Amino acid sequence: MDRDKLKKILERYPFVERENLIPILQDIQYEQGYLTEEAVKEVGNYLELPASKIYSVATFYSKFQFQPRGKFHIKLCSGTSCHIKGAARLEKKVYNLLNIMDGETSRDGMFSLEIVTCMGGCSLGPVMALNNRYFTEVTEDKLEEIIEDYKENEE
Amino acid sequence: MASFEENTSQYSLIQTVLEGNAGDMDEKEREAVDHIKGDKVTQPVISLSYNTASIVAGADETFNAIRDYLEERDIDARLNVIGSLGLITAEPLMDVQLPGKARVTFSNVFPEKVSDILDAVFNNIIPKEYVLGQHPTDLHEPWENIAYVNELPFFQTQKRLILKNCGRINPGSIDEYVVHGGYRSFLMAIRNYTPEEVCTLVEDSGLRGRGGEGYPTGKKWKTTLNAPAEKRFLICNAGESDPGAFMERMIMEGDPHSLVEAVAIASYAIGAQKAYIYLESEYEMACRRLQNAIDQARDYGLLGHDIFSSGFNLNIQLHQGAGAYVCGEETALIASIEGKRGMPRPKPPYPSHRGLHNQPTVVNNMETLLNVPVIVRYGAARYKQTGTDKSPGTKVFSVSGKIERSGLVEIPMGVSLREVVYKIGGGVPDNKGLKGLLLGGPAGGALTYDHLNTRIDYEELKQLGCTLGSGAVVVMDEHTCILDTVKYYMHLLEEESCGKCIPCREGTRRMHEILENITKRPEEENGSFTLHRFKGVINLERLAHVVQDTSLCGLGQRAANPVLSTISAFRQEYEEHIFERKCRAGVCQELSTFYIDVDQCTGCTICAQKCPTGAIVGSAKKPHFIVQERCIGCAICYESCKFGAIIRK
Repeated sequence: MDRDKLKKILERYPFVERENLIPILQDIQYEQGYLTEEAVKEVGNYLELPASKIYSVATFYSKFQFQPRGKFHIKLCSGTSCHIKGAARLEKKVYNLLNIMDGETSRDGMFSLEIVTCMGGCSLGPVMALNNRYFTEVTEDKLEEIIEDYKENEE
Repeated sequence: MASFEENTSQYSLIQTVLEGNAGDMDEKEREAVDHIKGDKVTQPVISLSYNTASIVAGADETFNAIRDYLEERDIDARLNVIGSLGLITAEPLMDVQLPGKARVTFSNVFPEKVSDILDAVFNNIIPKEYVLGQHPTDLHEPWENIAYVNELPFFQTQKRLILKNCGRINPGSIDEYVVHGGYRSFLMAIRNYTPEEVCTLVEDSGLRGRGGEGYPTGKKWKTTLNAPAEKRFLICNAGESDPGAFMERMIMEGDPHSLVEAVAIASYAIGAQKAYIYLESEYEMACRRLQNAIDQARDYGLLGHDIFSSGFNLNIQLHQGAGAYVCGEETALIASIEGKRGMPRPKPPYPSHRGLHNQPTVVNNMETLLNVPVIVRYGAARYKQTGTDKSPGTKVFSVSGKIERSGLVEIPMGVSLREVVYKIGGGVPDNKGLKGLLLGGPAGGALTYDHLNTRIDYEELKQLGCTLGSGAVVVMDEHTCILDTVKYYMHLLEEESCGKCIPCREGTRRMHEILENITKRPEEENGSFTLHRFKGVINLERLAHVVQDTSLCGLGQRAANPVLSTISAFRQEYEEHIFERKCRAGVCQELSTFYIDVDQCTGCTICAQKCPTGAIVGSAKKPHFIVQERCIGCAICYESCKFGAIIRK
């Protein structure tokens, strides 16, 4: 991430307060998709906190990422309703197909997986999203089809 | 999509309405108010329910279809966005109101239906196959032979105090909120009452915290108000990360101003000049709409310095969570806002004395706060008429799972669960039997069919070892395995335990392990595996009690609830899994055994090709067999067989 962008984010928080730490990290992640070492150090300088403290906070929360997201970001709902309707098997299926687990990105940088708590489609579960497209009542076969589709279109 | 959510504001007009100088309004202004309110309709108004639930169901495409329809035919109509009415099974919902006619709601409006519906409506015909119902009205002419929405089974039992605006008004417009009576309670509070009086009013109303244990809200507020300090803070916990709960998100998406108003009143009552609303960053649309509501309220002078010349200052800040379930616990939430790891600390000192930045702080659940404007508006006595003696008011639930109609439901306290499941929810689909309910997410508990007559009330549920918790009601049918569900909850709790205290960190992990062992295919029947398994089984209940008694915070204390409540409610199923290694629902795959029906098998070899362990043997065009010793129960053969030759036992 270039320094100007980071500077602009930091300028939004004129007060050096620890309270601003999580919002700043969220802004950085929103801009570049994940947290880089340089950005963390820079934030540390700004908030007068050691980088270790920042990592300790950032790793505690599940939404912070330390590697870039894939070109296609898969979100799988793991809400109770989706689970009852068979969402857990979809996670396994993604692992079998792409060899990635929650929070990971495939080696070629094409796909990444995120398990989310609820996407609000409880009556239509299991729900998944690929970038911003939603798929409802997803079965293992449908999941495979979707992923194959995206792979093919890419090639 | 930006222009779709935008709204023009009528600042001076709304100021007049807020100031209560209705007498000073001229004819034109009065007309404008009627117009915003929807009492006067001069052009067709098409409102699309636009929120997370409807987007999942395809509202974006529906919106485009409506816009194209209007553009192609050059129809002058207003396209409006509304929140969700709560019936998410029927999303995307579309409301159409023609001049002089009652507003009609259509359900499951997918793009291909748009032109059918609108063609008919513009010709004054209501296509019955798509309609949900019409809204009752005195000002407009009702449609003939069309059911009223509030008389539908889903809505009939409900009493909508908190949800009254959801699905009715544009969540992006402060004007619409104000003309529907919004911010009146807040202005009434800061003008007519002292903070002390507001606290007393809430205390008299008997309002209890909706987050879990049901602590009296007024009492909590008074403690904070009376604690000596320079600063006080209000924190609204709107971060529901409970799986299966979605009502807070839907309220924030459908009626964000009501939350802003509720937070404002509560802040005034406890003498706080800064309030935080904590919600998950995952809820992008809720965040956006809430921030928009806060900004609008500030522009209108409802937040900020010296609000409406009352001398009260208030600043509301949105704090986005970064994904930690434990932050539902108040001390962890405070740590998270301070920019630290969200770990709870022992209580006392309670946050009412030493909370955020060591100042007195009230942490309230969002739903609790939403009751406050209602109480201020109607008074404690009238509020108490709803609900039961000890639990007045209403409760919002999100009903989902194996149920006909899932959605957002608000009912008076004291209504039985049977009514929620069968009358409002329409029962279990496909004529399957109801097995039980999961109430209140991972921290809640399970109830069986026999408990359905339980009334929704803090005390009655507590007797059964359940709490209202997050308000999630997940319905299970006979094809749901109870152990699988508990395992799922335990897995979640194990992952989300902050790890600070040992009983919770190790206990949840161990309980999860034991459940895994129960549902696992035995590796060797005679070795240490069986011993290990039974040791776990014997200790499971005791372990659960220890975790319950010794954990530091609510997450750990309630982590045992799923185990304990399901053992007491579904003991037989546990025993079947343990002793007979049988899963009656067929969900625990490793416990099923597979056989090939020799008569049905055509020898197509598909199963043999797909079997990951090579457990299926046989030659082409002849019946195959499964070598049980090699089978891992993955069910791939069962799913891939096109002839139904594989039998699961």
